[in-house]
Amino acid sequence: MNDGIRHLLGLRELTAEEITEILDTAKSFREVIDRPIKKVPTLQGTTVVNLFFESSTRTRISFELAERRLSADVVNFTVSGSSVSKGETLKDTARNIEAMRTDIVVIRHSSTGAPHLLSRLLKSAVINAGDGINEHPTQALLDMYTMRSKFSTLQGLRVCIVGDIAHSRVARSNIFGLTKMGARVGVCGPRTLIPSYLDQFGVIEFYDIDRAIEWADVLNVLRIQLEREAGGQFPSIREYRLYWGINRQRLEKARKELVIMHPGPINRGVELDGDVADGQTSLILDQVTNGVAVRMAVLYLTGVRKS
Amino acid sequence: MKIQLKNARVVDPTLGIDGLFDILIVNGIIQEMGHHLGGNPVNYEINMRSRMVVPGLFDMHIHLREPGFEYKEDIMSGISAAANGGFTGVACMPNTDPVMDSADVVKYVIDRASHNPLVSVFPIAAITVGRKGEQLSEMRDLAESGAVGFSDDGSSVLDSQIMRLALEYSSMLNLPIIQHCEDSSLTKGGPANESRNSVRYGLKMQHHLAEELILQRDLKLLQAFSGKYHATHISTAGSVDLVKNAKRNGLPVTCDVTPHHLFLDDSLLFDYDTNLKVNPPLRTKEDCEALIEGLRDGTIDAIASDHAPHAIHEKEVEFDAAPFGMIGLETTLGVIMTKLYHTRILSISEIVSLLSVNPRKILGLPIPKIEPGASAEVTLIDPDLEWTVNPEEFLSKSRNSGFRNWKLKGSPVGIIHGQKMFLSARLR
Repeated sequence: MNDGIRHLLGLRELTAEEITEILDTAKSFREVIDRPIKKVPTLQGTTVVNLFFESSTRTRISFELAERRLSADVVNFTVSGSSVSKGETLKDTARNIEAMRTDIVVIRHSSTGAPHLLSRLLKSAVINAGDGINEHPTQALLDMYTMRSKFSTLQGLRVCIVGDIAHSRVARSNIFGLTKMGARVGVCGPRTLIPSYLDQFGVIEFYDIDRAIEWADVLNVLRIQLEREAGGQFPSIREYRLYWGINRQRLEKARKELVIMHPGPINRGVELDGDVADGQTSLILDQVTNGVAVRMAVLYLTGVRKS
Repeated sequence: MKIQLKNARVVDPTLGIDGLFDILIVNGIIQEMGHHLGGNPVNYEINMRSRMVVPGLFDMHIHLREPGFEYKEDIMSGISAAANGGFTGVACMPNTDPVMDSADVVKYVIDRASHNPLVSVFPIAAITVGRKGEQLSEMRDLAESGAVGFSDDGSSVLDSQIMRLALEYSSMLNLPIIQHCEDSSLTKGGPANESRNSVRYGLKMQHHLAEELILQRDLKLLQAFSGKYHATHISTAGSVDLVKNAKRNGLPVTCDVTPHHLFLDDSLLFDYDTNLKVNPPLRTKEDCEALIEGLRDGTIDAIASDHAPHAIHEKEVEFDAAPFGMIGLETTLGVIMTKLYHTRILSISEIVSLLSVNPRKILGLPIPKIEPGASAEVTLIDPDLEWTVNPEEFLSKSRNSGFRNWKLKGSPVGIIHGQKMFLSARLR
């Protein structure tokens, strides 16, 4: 990665060339994890802290595997709730950990901008593993990696993101990354879950899932956060499932076969039916495997520069 | 004590003066004003070399944080910051701890402030008990104790009946109800303005209608009932329109705007600088332009800083966790001179009206005049002095300025207030 990218804070800040570099690097690590011995010494002697202020099983495990497969030393620090509620500021927590001589901090936090704050306070490289409703760059990178593997290029590919766009960092990172890589991006969901001003990114909005299916090559289906229903953002899970749930019947109406993706964990029978999730065109498990390779690439590119 | 200001450009919009004078101040009273005063030995002679002397500036919306939050600011440090910013008078908001909703707290603030009469401090008391919006505070007792207006600043009076009662009750006292306009059911979403930029930066958002709906309701109430109404820190183009139309219809409404809402917009939130987290949030460039136009056409009556000190450890946190507000006492005049005077958008006389005359009128306070026989209450301004904003040099206890590193042209260089004088190191 060139000098501009010490940290991975988001895809908003990256250029197409930098994204391509990460995806190309991930490709060589993908070969590593398909070997019987899935480990390289690349980050030997480097210490990585996984600083998770929000519970997340799969992202944390994926990062941890990526770190271990690069031979880094790994420390996990998991707190539920914000650092403030626990009586210590994020700054103090992070600086205390860094005082133990760490090199890379992977942070997930419920507040937008928390990784940016850390990047200003710490000497370590900072990797954003999801901040508030802002970005989840490694998820979007692994999504793009998976699409690129399937279609060989992202240029011109039509990707529709389905679900709660307004509160989804996955959606936002996908929008930034895919549009930079020349793909066309659509979003689909109830009007109340799609923010205004998406036109500035060249994003097409669909409120009708059948029209979105007609348009798209790929559906990236987001998890519906069940608490949004309680928040009144849409009338009910039942209504969501009726009008935006992805099922076999809807997909069969399309002229072409759509690729189905989902960042997980899936609410089967809500945003995505089980038979579709497990079907022929689902890339959901490839996403998970590729996620480790992509995170290895990001750790390598930020970590090697340090050492 | 005798002070002589020589070759001062005296600008007093109330008296219609703009010209070069020597001023002799004896024991806090302007004794003589003319050309080539001299002869008498004086204690201080300040050669203004055509720099300005104007009626003492007044900031009608600041937070002194005392009692309760003295680690952010206290009355003494706030007075120093005000003096350094060129203000001879300030009005302080009641969101202290305890809340300024009782005569005791009002008297406490006045008593503490009286220890340094360099800057006059006028308390604005709470409209409702505990600023909870449920029951009127003892407004008459508060007024008699020295409150000059009422506000639940920090939140709106949401209940329409309480707002009606507040307007009617306060009309007996001829004091304004100062509303922070915010429909909190619409702002639960988040700390940033709902806009193209906030969507880009992934910030949680609140719509500008949150401000305008409350303002519109209040103007309807004002039309139907009695009372004096002041909308503080208006921040949207829609609010400017609402006030403009209300004034056209003859309603007794006034409003103020902050320098940060005039000149900082939400495009600056790209790196989540919590010093730019304010309430109302920074709006769009178009809103900034509408606010400037509102100053130009007289819709907006006053400029106030909403000086809101917070400790570094409170601001050096996640954007969502940081408290709202930035300090402003020590940057307001410099920013206004740079962005409105040197750009020829406003004349110095208009600026003095916005920063000295009108805020006092709104609160029913006497207007300082620069004429023989008047009590001396003046601000000295060097309109061409160039400086860079460095909050580390401020006299406020806090450093949360949104104008850090701004290069400004124009600065206060001192105040004279009765027997008291403060001269800035910038006065050479």
